[in-house]
Amino acid sequence: MVPLSWYLIFAAALFSIGLFGVLSRRNAVAILLGIELMLNSVNINLAAFWRYGDVTQITGQVFAIIVFAVAAAEVAVGLALVISVYRRRNTVVADEIDIMKW
Amino acid sequence: MTGEQIVFLLVALFTLGSGFMVVTTRNLVHAALWLVSTLFGVAVTYAILNASFLAVVQVVVYIGAIAILFIFAVMLTRKDLRDQGAQQNSNWWFGALIAVLTFVGLFFLLQSWNGLSTTAQAIPSGFDAISELGNALTSPDAYVLPFEVASVLLVAALVGAVYVAFNPRKGDFRK
Repeated sequence: MVPLSWYLIFAAALFSIGLFGVLSRRNAVAILLGIELMLNSVNINLAAFWRYGDVTQITGQVFAIIVFAVAAAEVAVGLALVISVYRRRNTVVADEIDIMKW
Repeated sequence: MTGEQIVFLLVALFTLGSGFMVVTTRNLVHAALWLVSTLFGVAVTYAILNASFLAVVQVVVYIGAIAILFIFAVMLTRKDLRDQGAQQNSNWWFGALIAVLTFVGLFFLLQSWNGLSTTAQAIPSGFDAISELGNALTSPDAYVLPFEVASVLLVAALVGAVYVAFNPRKGDFRK
């Protein structure tokens, strides 16, 4: 049987990789890719706590499904914004999208 | 070391390696394809955890919809992605430092928690996780309200996405 700690450390590593992607990438689409990795690592934690806690309490899986829905909404809005910005400014580099910078 | 542990370690290494390629590769189409393999590794992790419904939803929703949406977005903004110039910003080392510190902090936080050695109970015979999940998502005593709120959020987000990405041209119904 795999210990619970392995899942948690695996999820922490995936979260850190996603965090690195969000903080270091210049391209706005690549930043959204990093956010997806972070959301997935959270879902691994939810599923692992469901399995290693009381299995008859299904809360962990319900929460994971709501995270799925929120991730889909976030990706749809984020990519629509990126495409809209690209159409107006002809760039997707996050440093150059500074129209709201004062 | 049991077979399950070996499978878990292989899947975890594969997933973390793919995730690392997602954040470091220069070509964004390749990054989106590496994201597909990362998501598949996570789906296998759900399968190891006996969360069969989550594994299927991961493949159908994440790989089938979200990753494809990413590939479309990369191709629609293709002009800027000819692999010229740096893909990392000038503060990438600072981001790497924060990511490593986050991982080390979480690691030591986990070490100090005494629930780590918990072992999984065997699933009771006759317990059907999928039908339990379906009941929980539709029962007024359980999670029907969060579920409906999530669906309203999804509809609002998709309508908003269509509105934001809509490209009015001459002759369209909206000038």
